Amino acid sequence: MTLLKHRLFWPVAALVTLVVVNVIANPNFAKVTMRDGDLYGNPVTILRESAPLMLVALGMTLVIATRGIDLSVGAVMAVSGAVSLTIIADSPDPGSLGTVTVAIVVAVLVALVLGAWNGFLVSVLGIQPIIATLVLMLAGRGVALLITGGAITTVTSAPYKFLSNGYLILLPVAFFIWVAVVAIVALVERRTALGMLTESVGINPEASRLAGVRSRGIILSAYMVSGLLAGVAGIINASNTMAADSNNAGYLIELYAILAVVLGGTSLMGGKFSIAGTVIGVLTVTTLDKTIQFFGVPPAQSPVFFAVVVVIVVLVQSPRVHAWGRAASARMRRTPSGGEPPTGPGAASAAKKREEVAA
Amino acid sequence: MKKRFLSTFALAGVAALTMAGCTTETGTTTDDSTGESTEETTTEAGGGDEAASDVITVGFAQTGAESGWRSANTESMQAAFSEENGFELIFNAADNDPAAQISAVRNFINQGVDAIVIAPVVEDGWDDVLQEAASAEIPVILEDRTVSASEDLYSSWVGLDFEAEGVKAGEWAAEQYGDTETKMVVLEGTTGSAPANDRAAGFSSAIEGTMIETIDSQTGDFTRDGGKSVMEGYIANYGVDGIDLVFAHNDDMGLGAIEAIEAAGAVPGEDIKIITIDAVKDGMQALVDGKINYIVECNPLLGDQAADLVKKVLAGEEVDKAYYVEDQAFDQAAAAEVIDSRPY
Repeated sequence: MTLLKHRLFWPVAALVTLVVVNVIANPNFAKVTMRDGDLYGNPVTILRESAPLMLVALGMTLVIATRGIDLSVGAVMAVSGAVSLTIIADSPDPGSLGTVTVAIVVAVLVALVLGAWNGFLVSVLGIQPIIATLVLMLAGRGVALLITGGAITTVTSAPYKFLSNGYLILLPVAFFIWVAVVAIVALVERRTALGMLTESVGINPEASRLAGVRSRGIILSAYMVSGLLAGVAGIINASNTMAADSNNAGYLIELYAILAVVLGGTSLMGGKFSIAGTVIGVLTVTTLDKTIQFFGVPPAQSPVFFAVVVVIVVLVQSPRVHAWGRAASARMRRTPSGGEPPTGPGAASAAKKREEVAA
Repeated sequence: MKKRFLSTFALAGVAALTMAGCTTETGTTTDDSTGESTEETTTEAGGGDEAASDVITVGFAQTGAESGWRSANTESMQAAFSEENGFELIFNAADNDPAAQISAVRNFINQGVDAIVIAPVVEDGWDDVLQEAASAEIPVILEDRTVSASEDLYSSWVGLDFEAEGVKAGEWAAEQYGDTETKMVVLEGTTGSAPANDRAAGFSSAIEGTMIETIDSQTGDFTRDGGKSVMEGYIANYGVDGIDLVFAHNDDMGLGAIEAIEAAGAVPGEDIKIITIDAVKDGMQALVDGKINYIVECNPLLGDQAADLVKKVLAGEEVDKAYYVEDQAFDQAAAAEVIDSRPY
């Protein structure tokens, strides 16, 4: 029963169920093979392809914890991919480690500046987060297109390609990158007071300010981290196909990141946040993406399939639905002839509410 | 101010054309009107227009600059509607915003241009503004995409036959692989888009009755990332040995599939054959490198034909309602021959 009460129980249960259903339906889903000392297969692909969404969702978690939202992450990804690949393409030696390092550092710094801009608008000028970050969401892709000259920039550079396509020990580099970032963020937030201060700002900005918490700096830094992580995500994304596609890189990723954060149990109202929950939320979203393909859902129906699964996952996690479930089973026990099932319209409206929030 | 801006634009167009001309060696160019008289034309750009001279003022409402294909299309239009061809071009790119495009067309009408060329962002919503153009007796030529409005409201359309592209790709596949058992996966374009629907239909009809079997078909949204991700899924599900052929609805998804196949330790173009549509530069390069087996072109160089149509319509000649531009197709040997001469 205590296990059931753990706040990560339902997110984990949803992910495990998803995987189990997949494996039963098609054993190839979990097939992993060894080749040249590296692991290949669909589960490995999921871990690798999760990287950009994972980084973006981590930043989003911190921003959401301060009662904010960052819609610009996809555009920041496009900018950072465009910056890094343009630097590499223009350099005389695209394959050298020095060039790639410079490209990555510059791209990440640009992303950090964009994040600081968002944070400045929100924390100093007091603009609503959704509007403040909307500015960059709309303008960012234009900037990225300007950098690449409206074309898709492609390069050949082994060190850069290594980021998303390389392997370290058995597993892809991109996987180790996101694990490392998760570990760093978790350490900084949970082993110092920063996490608690972030939550206090999100729960009650006024009270925490009166209590002496410098909310302005905390909010600013949350957006900077989000920008920085989106920048790294953009680099991994560009490294995946070795192309900076300014129109499509990170397209709509902000919404999937918000979905992942919510699936992981962090409230959009701000305050308490869960990094482990976000990790599980991201893996759920990526697994669901692969599920659609392995089930062979026709493309025209796949958005509906995605939506239905998300609704079910959110319903399963809803405390109110749990309460109804308990009430129904209690009634069942009292009157063995059969009590009423949980009321449909109520459950549906609760799900809808969560859905709106998630969308 | 506007005129000066336009003349700069014209200069850029001419410069682009000259550059295209320079790299041309074989005789496959579509525009032979390379600008030798650059200086005169640019200085005159602000001068005579309207009916006084023979210059035809044309407003061109482009969708935006969303892809390499679109950029090539814009360049082709700017080259064809150039000063030395007797045009003054007013160019507008709508950033894929239908409302902005309609208001741009309305501006053209108010400016009293001689003709309007539109590459519609969407099919619907054109009736009113086309009616206004008709009332002002300004002929409208549609380019690339079409509209759902009545045919009486525009003079003509020039564009591509997506279904024929699919048929061409399918016929080659049937000829090459149709006699042996071939398992094919498809990387579809954006669900519901005309190129995705028509290319799929054309390809399916062409391979009907052959031994090519479609084992799976999913959307990769016309992007490299999408193509790579879906291809990885296919490989995990069917294995490298379980897939013989990939049909991608555009080059970018095909390029993504190449990455996925290489990551799985197989050789694209050998172990798994690839057929794509578009023939953009990166795609052609991959074809020359032997990683793609066949590409059907989706020709963006519609400018000359559009310019020709405008002249004919203004001269009062009878024109058809639709003109299809012939697409070429390349195998690896043909691609090696033409890759240096292609302007896009």
